Amino acid sequence: MPDAFESVYQVLGKDFSNAGKVSTSIKDTLKRLGISPAIVRRVAIISYEAEMNLVMYASRGKMALSVSREAVTLNVHDEGPGIPDVSLAMQEGYSTATAEMREMGFGAGMGLPNIKRCVDKMNLESTPGKGTKLEMFINLQPEDSFRESGYFDSEDKSSS
Amino acid sequence: MSLQEVIEKLNLSVLTDPKDFSELTPSGGYAADLLSCVMAGAKQRNLWITLQAHLNIVAVAALLDLTAVIITEGAAPDAGTIAKANEEGVTLLSTNRPTFEVVGTLWELGIRQG
Repeated sequence: MPDAFESVYQVLGKDFSNAGKVSTSIKDTLKRLGISPAIVRRVAIISYEAEMNLVMYASRGKMALSVSREAVTLNVHDEGPGIPDVSLAMQEGYSTATAEMREMGFGAGMGLPNIKRCVDKMNLESTPGKGTKLEMFINLQPEDSFRESGYFDSEDKSSS
Repeated sequence: MSLQEVIEKLNLSVLTDPKDFSELTPSGGYAADLLSCVMAGAKQRNLWITLQAHLNIVAVAALLDLTAVIITEGAAPDAGTIAKANEEGVTLLSTNRPTFEVVGTLWELGIRQG
Protein backbone atom coordinates (compact mmCIF):
# COMPACT_ATOMS: atom_id res chain seq x y z
CA MET A 1 0.00 0.00 0.00
CA PRO A 2 1.68 3.25 -1.06
CA ASP A 3 2.03 6.03 1.51
CA ALA A 4 2.89 8.68 -1.01
CA PHE A 5 3.41 9.20 -4.69
CA GLU A 6 6.90 10.45 -5.45
CA SER A 7 8.59 11.56 -8.61
CA VAL A 8 11.78 13.47 -9.43
CA TYR A 9 12.21 15.60 -12.55
CA GLN A 10 15.43 16.99 -14.00
CA VAL A 11 15.44 20.55 -15.31
CA LEU A 12 18.12 22.11 -17.48
CA GLY A 13 18.95 25.81 -17.14
CA LYS A 14 18.52 28.15 -20.13
CA ASP A 15 16.49 25.50 -21.94
CA PHE A 16 13.55 27.78 -22.77
CA SER A 17 12.19 25.43 -25.43
CA ASN A 18 11.41 22.79 -22.78
CA ALA A 19 10.48 25.24 -20.04
CA GLY A 20 7.13 24.36 -18.49
CA LYS A 21 7.40 20.71 -19.45
CA VAL A 22 7.96 19.50 -15.89
CA SER A 23 5.08 21.63 -14.57
CA THR A 24 2.78 20.23 -17.25
CA SER A 25 3.85 16.72 -16.30
CA ILE A 26 3.28 17.43 -12.58
CA LYS A 27 -0.17 18.81 -13.35
CA ASP A 28 -1.08 15.72 -15.39
CA THR A 29 0.16 13.50 -12.56
CA LEU A 30 -1.97 15.29 -9.97
CA LYS A 31 -5.04 15.07 -12.19
CA ARG A 32 -4.40 11.37 -12.66
CA LEU A 33 -4.12 10.94 -8.89
CA GLY A 34 -7.52 12.58 -8.53
CA ILE A 35 -6.41 15.73 -6.73
CA SER A 36 -9.08 18.47 -6.66
CA PRO A 37 -8.93 21.19 -9.38
CA ALA A 38 -8.30 23.99 -6.86
CA ILE A 39 -5.20 22.23 -5.53
CA VAL A 40 -4.04 21.30 -9.04
CA ARG A 41 -4.19 24.99 -9.96
CA ARG A 42 -2.12 26.04 -6.92
CA VAL A 43 0.48 23.37 -7.63
CA ALA A 44 0.56 24.36 -11.32
CA ILE A 45 1.36 27.95 -10.32
CA ILE A 46 4.11 27.08 -7.83
CA SER A 47 5.71 24.47 -10.07
CA TYR A 48 5.68 26.77 -13.11
CA GLU A 49 7.17 29.72 -11.22
CA ALA A 50 9.82 27.51 -9.62
CA GLU A 51 10.62 25.82 -12.92
CA MET A 52 10.96 29.14 -14.72
CA ASN A 53 13.23 30.50 -11.99
CA LEU A 54 15.41 27.44 -12.42
CA VAL A 55 15.43 27.69 -16.23
CA MET A 56 16.18 31.41 -16.17
CA TYR A 57 18.91 31.51 -13.54
CA ALA A 58 20.40 28.10 -12.75
CA SER A 59 22.54 25.74 -14.80
CA ARG A 60 20.58 22.66 -13.75
CA GLY A 61 18.37 21.34 -11.01
CA LYS A 62 15.84 18.84 -9.76
CA MET A 63 12.19 19.14 -8.87
CA ALA A 64 10.90 16.48 -6.47
CA LEU A 65 7.16 15.98 -6.14
CA SER A 66 5.63 14.09 -3.27
CA VAL A 67 1.90 13.57 -2.81
CA SER A 68 0.49 12.00 0.32
CA ARG A 69 -3.00 12.07 1.76
CA GLU A 70 -1.99 15.10 3.84
CA ALA A 71 0.01 17.30 1.51
CA VAL A 72 1.60 18.01 -1.83
CA THR A 73 5.29 18.76 -1.39
CA LEU A 74 7.49 20.19 -4.11
CA ASN A 75 11.21 20.50 -3.46
CA VAL A 76 13.35 22.34 -5.98
CA HIS A 77 17.10 22.17 -5.70
CA ASP A 78 19.27 23.95 -8.23
CA GLU A 79 22.91 24.52 -9.01
CA GLY A 80 23.12 28.18 -9.86
CA PRO A 81 24.15 31.65 -8.78
CA GLY A 82 21.97 31.60 -5.67
CA ILE A 83 19.98 34.54 -4.30
CA PRO A 84 22.17 37.10 -2.47
CA ASP A 85 19.24 38.74 -0.65
CA VAL A 86 16.28 36.42 -0.13
CA SER A 87 14.05 39.02 1.54
CA LEU A 88 14.54 41.34 -1.42
CA ALA A 89 13.74 38.51 -3.85
CA MET A 90 10.49 37.86 -1.97
CA GLN A 91 9.35 41.43 -2.60
CA GLU A 92 6.82 41.84 -5.38
CA GLY A 93 8.29 43.72 -8.31
CA TYR A 94 11.93 43.03 -7.50
CA SER A 95 13.63 41.21 -10.34
CA THR A 96 17.10 40.51 -11.64
CA ALA A 97 15.82 39.31 -15.03
CA THR A 98 17.67 40.35 -18.16
CA ALA A 99 16.10 42.48 -20.89
CA GLU A 100 15.74 39.36 -23.01
CA MET A 101 13.78 37.55 -20.29
CA ARG A 102 11.56 40.60 -19.76
CA GLU A 103 10.80 40.78 -23.46
CA MET A 104 9.40 37.26 -23.20
CA GLY A 105 7.12 38.33 -20.38
CA PHE A 106 9.25 37.02 -17.53
CA GLY A 107 10.95 39.07 -14.85
CA ALA A 108 7.87 40.76 -13.43
CA GLY A 109 9.25 40.15 -9.97
CA MET A 110 6.17 38.10 -9.17
CA GLY A 111 7.50 34.55 -9.18
CA LEU A 112 8.35 34.05 -5.52
CA PRO A 113 5.42 36.24 -4.30
CA ASN A 114 3.07 34.12 -6.47
CA ILE A 115 4.51 30.99 -4.89
CA LYS A 116 4.10 32.40 -1.38
CA ARG A 117 0.43 33.15 -2.03
CA CYS A 118 -0.25 29.60 -3.19
CA VAL A 119 1.55 27.55 -0.52
CA ASP A 120 0.71 26.78 3.08
CA LYS A 121 4.39 26.77 3.95
CA MET A 122 7.68 27.38 2.17
CA ASN A 123 11.38 27.33 3.00
CA LEU A 124 13.91 29.10 0.84
CA GLU A 125 17.61 28.59 1.41
CA SER A 126 20.19 29.97 -0.92
CA THR A 127 23.97 29.95 -1.03
CA PRO A 128 25.39 32.56 -3.40
CA GLY A 129 27.64 30.92 -5.95
CA LYS A 130 26.28 27.44 -5.23
CA GLY A 131 22.56 27.21 -5.57
CA THR A 132 19.08 27.49 -4.15
CA LYS A 133 16.81 25.08 -2.31
CA LEU A 134 13.11 25.83 -2.28
CA GLU A 135 10.67 23.64 -0.37
CA MET A 136 6.94 24.19 -0.87
CA PHE A 137 4.02 22.59 0.92
CA ILE A 138 0.31 22.62 0.15
CA ASN A 139 -1.96 20.92 2.67
CA LEU A 140 -4.66 18.58 1.45
CA GLN A 141 -8.05 18.25 3.05
CA PRO A 142 -9.75 14.84 2.80
CA GLU A 143 -11.99 16.14 0.00
CA ASP A 144 -8.98 17.33 -2.03
CA SER A 145 -7.31 14.05 -2.60
CA PHE A 146 -7.47 10.93 -4.62
CA ARG A 147 -11.05 11.13 -5.72
CA GLU A 148 -11.87 8.50 -8.32
CA SER A 149 -8.21 7.71 -8.74
CA GLY A 150 -7.99 4.35 -7.09
CA TYR A 151 -4.44 5.21 -6.07
CA PHE A 152 -5.11 4.45 -2.41
CA ASP A 153 -7.91 2.01 -3.10
CA SER A 154 -6.49 -0.75 -0.97
CA GLU A 155 -6.43 1.60 2.02
CA ASP A 156 -9.94 2.85 1.28
CA LYS A 157 -11.25 -0.69 1.28
CA SER A 158 -9.60 -1.65 4.52
CA SER A 159 -10.87 1.45 6.29
CA SER A 160 -14.46 1.16 5.09
CA MET B 1 -21.08 32.92 -26.01
CA SER B 2 -19.19 30.14 -27.77
CA LEU B 3 -15.59 30.41 -28.93
CA GLN B 4 -16.89 29.98 -32.49
CA GLU B 5 -18.95 33.17 -32.14
CA VAL B 6 -15.98 35.01 -30.63
CA ILE B 7 -13.80 33.94 -33.59
CA GLU B 8 -16.44 35.14 -36.07
CA LYS B 9 -17.28 38.44 -34.35
CA LEU B 10 -13.60 39.41 -34.01
CA ASN B 11 -12.62 37.86 -37.32
CA LEU B 12 -9.78 35.94 -35.67
CA SER B 13 -7.39 33.68 -37.54
CA VAL B 14 -7.18 30.15 -36.17
CA LEU B 15 -3.49 29.19 -36.06
CA THR B 16 -3.80 25.73 -34.52
CA ASP B 17 -5.71 22.61 -35.55
CA PRO B 18 -9.46 23.18 -35.89
CA LYS B 19 -11.73 21.95 -33.09
CA ASP B 20 -15.47 22.20 -32.60
CA PHE B 21 -15.24 25.76 -31.27
CA SER B 22 -19.02 26.00 -30.96
CA GLU B 23 -18.75 23.45 -28.12
CA LEU B 24 -16.31 25.65 -26.15
CA THR B 25 -17.58 28.47 -23.95
CA PRO B 26 -14.97 30.83 -22.48
CA SER B 27 -15.51 31.50 -18.76
CA GLY B 28 -14.19 35.05 -19.13
CA GLY B 29 -11.10 36.89 -20.25
CA TYR B 30 -7.72 38.02 -18.99
CA ALA B 31 -5.26 40.38 -20.68
CA ALA B 32 -1.56 40.63 -19.76
CA ASP B 33 1.84 40.17 -21.36
CA LEU B 34 3.63 39.22 -18.14
CA LEU B 35 3.45 35.47 -17.72
CA SER B 36 3.43 35.58 -13.91
CA CYS B 37 0.42 37.91 -13.98
CA VAL B 38 -1.39 35.43 -16.17
CA MET B 39 -0.45 32.52 -13.91
CA ALA B 40 -1.82 34.44 -10.93
CA GLY B 41 -4.85 36.04 -12.55
CA ALA B 42 -6.26 34.00 -15.42
CA LYS B 43 -8.96 31.51 -14.53
CA GLN B 44 -9.75 28.11 -15.96
CA ARG B 45 -11.35 28.31 -19.47
CA ASN B 46 -10.55 32.04 -19.77
CA LEU B 47 -9.52 33.64 -23.03
CA TRP B 48 -6.02 35.12 -22.72
CA ILE B 49 -5.34 38.23 -24.76
CA THR B 50 -1.65 39.00 -25.24
CA LEU B 51 0.91 40.20 -27.72
CA GLN B 52 3.35 37.53 -26.61
CA ALA B 53 3.75 34.94 -29.35
CA HIS B 54 6.71 32.83 -28.19
CA LEU B 55 6.81 29.19 -27.19
CA ASN B 56 6.36 29.75 -23.46
CA ILE B 57 2.76 30.95 -23.82
CA VAL B 58 1.77 27.37 -24.64
CA ALA B 59 2.80 25.98 -21.24
CA VAL B 60 0.96 28.80 -19.45
CA ALA B 61 -2.23 28.19 -21.44
CA ALA B 62 -1.99 24.43 -20.93
CA LEU B 63 -1.30 24.69 -17.19
CA LEU B 64 -4.27 26.97 -16.64
CA ASP B 65 -6.64 25.07 -18.99
CA LEU B 66 -7.37 28.26 -20.91
CA THR B 67 -9.97 28.09 -23.70
CA ALA B 68 -7.75 29.96 -26.17
CA VAL B 69 -4.97 32.50 -26.53
CA ILE B 70 -5.75 35.55 -28.68
CA ILE B 71 -2.45 36.95 -29.97
CA THR B 72 -2.83 40.62 -30.87
CA GLU B 73 -1.08 43.26 -33.00
CA GLY B 74 -0.27 40.70 -35.68
CA ALA B 75 2.42 39.03 -33.57
CA ALA B 76 3.15 35.70 -35.22
CA PRO B 77 4.14 32.55 -33.32
CA ASP B 78 6.71 30.41 -35.11
CA ALA B 79 5.99 26.92 -36.47
CA GLY B 80 7.50 25.28 -33.36
CA THR B 81 5.13 27.19 -31.09
CA ILE B 82 2.10 26.21 -33.18
CA ALA B 83 3.23 22.56 -33.24
CA LYS B 84 3.69 22.60 -29.47
CA ALA B 85 0.24 24.15 -29.01
CA ASN B 86 -1.32 21.40 -31.13
CA GLU B 87 0.52 18.80 -29.08
CA GLU B 88 -0.84 20.28 -25.83
CA GLY B 89 -4.34 20.89 -27.20
CA VAL B 90 -3.97 24.67 -26.83
CA THR B 91 -5.89 26.87 -29.28
CA LEU B 92 -3.97 29.86 -30.67
CA LEU B 93 -5.90 32.64 -32.41
CA SER B 94 -4.54 35.84 -33.90
CA THR B 95 -5.58 39.28 -35.02
CA ASN B 96 -3.90 42.43 -36.29
CA ARG B 97 -5.96 44.55 -33.91
CA PRO B 98 -4.37 45.84 -30.68
CA THR B 99 -5.13 44.33 -27.28
CA PHE B 100 -7.19 47.36 -26.15
CA GLU B 101 -9.57 47.00 -29.08
CA VAL B 102 -9.88 43.23 -28.74
CA VAL B 103 -10.65 43.49 -25.02
CA GLY B 104 -13.17 46.27 -25.70
CA THR B 105 -14.96 44.18 -28.28
CA LEU B 106 -14.99 41.10 -26.03
CA TRP B 107 -16.46 43.24 -23.25
CA GLU B 108 -19.19 44.47 -25.58
CA LEU B 109 -19.94 40.85 -26.44
CA GLY B 110 -20.54 40.20 -22.75
CA ILE B 111 -17.24 38.50 -21.90
CA ARG B 112 -16.06 39.54 -18.43
CA GLN B 113 -13.12 38.80 -16.21
CA GLY B 114 -14.20 35.74 -14.32
